[in-house]
Amino acid sequence: KRIQTIETRDLQQSLKDGGCGECQTSGVANQPCHA
Amino acid sequence: MIHQFKLHGYSVVLDVFSGSVHLVDDLAYDVISLFETTDRAELTRRMLEKYRDDPGVTVSSLEELYADVESLRAQKKLFTEDTYENVAVDWKARKTEVKALCLHVAHTCNLNCSYCFASQGRYHGPRALMSYETGKQALDFLIAHSGKRRNLEVDFFGGEPLLNWDVCKRLVAYARSREEETGKRFRFTLTTNGVLLDDEVTEFANREMHNVVLSLDGRKETHDALRKTPSGEGSYDVIVPKFQRFVEKRGGRNYYVRGTFTHRNAAFLPDLLHMADLGFTELSMEPVVCAPGDPAALTEEDFPIVCEQYELLAAEMLRRERAGKGFHFYHYNLDLTGGPCLYKRLAGCGSGTEYLAVTPTGELYPCHQFVGEPAYRMGDVWQGVTNTALRDEFKGCSVYAREECKDCWAKLYCSGGCAANAIHASGSIRGVYEYGCRLFRKRIECALMLQVALRQPREEEVKEPV
Repeated sequence: KRIQTIETRDLQQSLKDGGCGECQTSGVANQPCHA
Repeated sequence: MIHQFKLHGYSVVLDVFSGSVHLVDDLAYDVISLFETTDRAELTRRMLEKYRDDPGVTVSSLEELYADVESLRAQKKLFTEDTYENVAVDWKARKTEVKALCLHVAHTCNLNCSYCFASQGRYHGPRALMSYETGKQALDFLIAHSGKRRNLEVDFFGGEPLLNWDVCKRLVAYARSREEETGKRFRFTLTTNGVLLDDEVTEFANREMHNVVLSLDGRKETHDALRKTPSGEGSYDVIVPKFQRFVEKRGGRNYYVRGTFTHRNAAFLPDLLHMADLGFTELSMEPVVCAPGDPAALTEEDFPIVCEQYELLAAEMLRRERAGKGFHFYHYNLDLTGGPCLYKRLAGCGSGTEYLAVTPTGELYPCHQFVGEPAYRMGDVWQGVTNTALRDEFKGCSVYAREECKDCWAKLYCSGGCAANAIHASGSIRGVYEYGCRLFRKRIECALMLQVALRQPREEEVKEPV
């Protein structure tokens, strides 16, 4: 296909299911998430 | 906002505000780059002209592609608007809870590394070891100020923390004794130069330390040039066998062999690959943090060299992964599906708010890089944070507080960068360290390319192997 979308976490959705604060302090993008 | 780049034969489109990543062919790459600024008739004319030798590019195939692009836009996976600035403001107003401490258990060191940001572990002050009583008070402070947070982190740092190892062990025991009563779960980490690693330390660390950072700069000649004993001898031959034994007993997991590269080895890839060839699979290699005039400091002339090293590293990692001899490089460990939520990306490292450094005498600083700078003293473990104005300044320091970050495609990956680096580069924690930003953007491009490549069928080969 001309465009192949790679599965990623939806940042908009993470406004609803994120924010628990239990992740490690910190790189940031390579920190695992609650998830 | 979108960001497009090509690397090692992969054409990638990142939709910045949704986090979506797309692997595209050349035609889609060109169409997406012009889609928002060119009317359809003109876009069709230009694509038919550019791809006139490609029989697959026709008016109907272009219209099909336009429909795909519009569909992705409708799904909010392409050309997504930035709606997060108000979230950042709300997040700033949240209650401050501490969830991590960097315990400077030893302001002294048994190595004399010339580039050490901590001035050979002393942080511009006298040699000092943290007492058990001060460390215990720090843990009590953390428990008391952590709110509903269950996971608490404590890093044993220095200097060289193994010079105060007995206190470290007693503090772990104290924290464990309070876990059930408080409902907290402590995760301890340790950063060591390895000189004092022995079987007793290994056994304890592998039982109690969630992660361990082992400092090694690469090949013997690189490592020994800068990481010397006080008598001026290199430390490579002392530490490498210890690290290998330590990692083997640890089961090869939850550690990082972490190096620093400087102007001397801006072409750092041979040093990193040497670590992999020693059998280490969890690797990190970081640009030196020092004053611009320091002989170790990276220069503008080094910049393209370092960027090329990052690109070659991504290609080599892909090649080794497919040969069954893969290793991990910290900055390329992007977890595209289980990575951080938006709040985390806005809050960044949490220095000065969620994360504090504690000196051997119990003083609090925003992070380990501010220790020893009187203007950044925040309080102590007995009185708590008394400099609330400074805490509030750090609290408001999200990526949206920096004008320079406004149009940067990588801002939700770096979260605004390092406050200490910003201070040293610009004089303000709301400034940016532009050189570091440029390196960061290159690393993220390489990381995204690698993650995309690893998801492709094996017959897809990286186009430019090392």
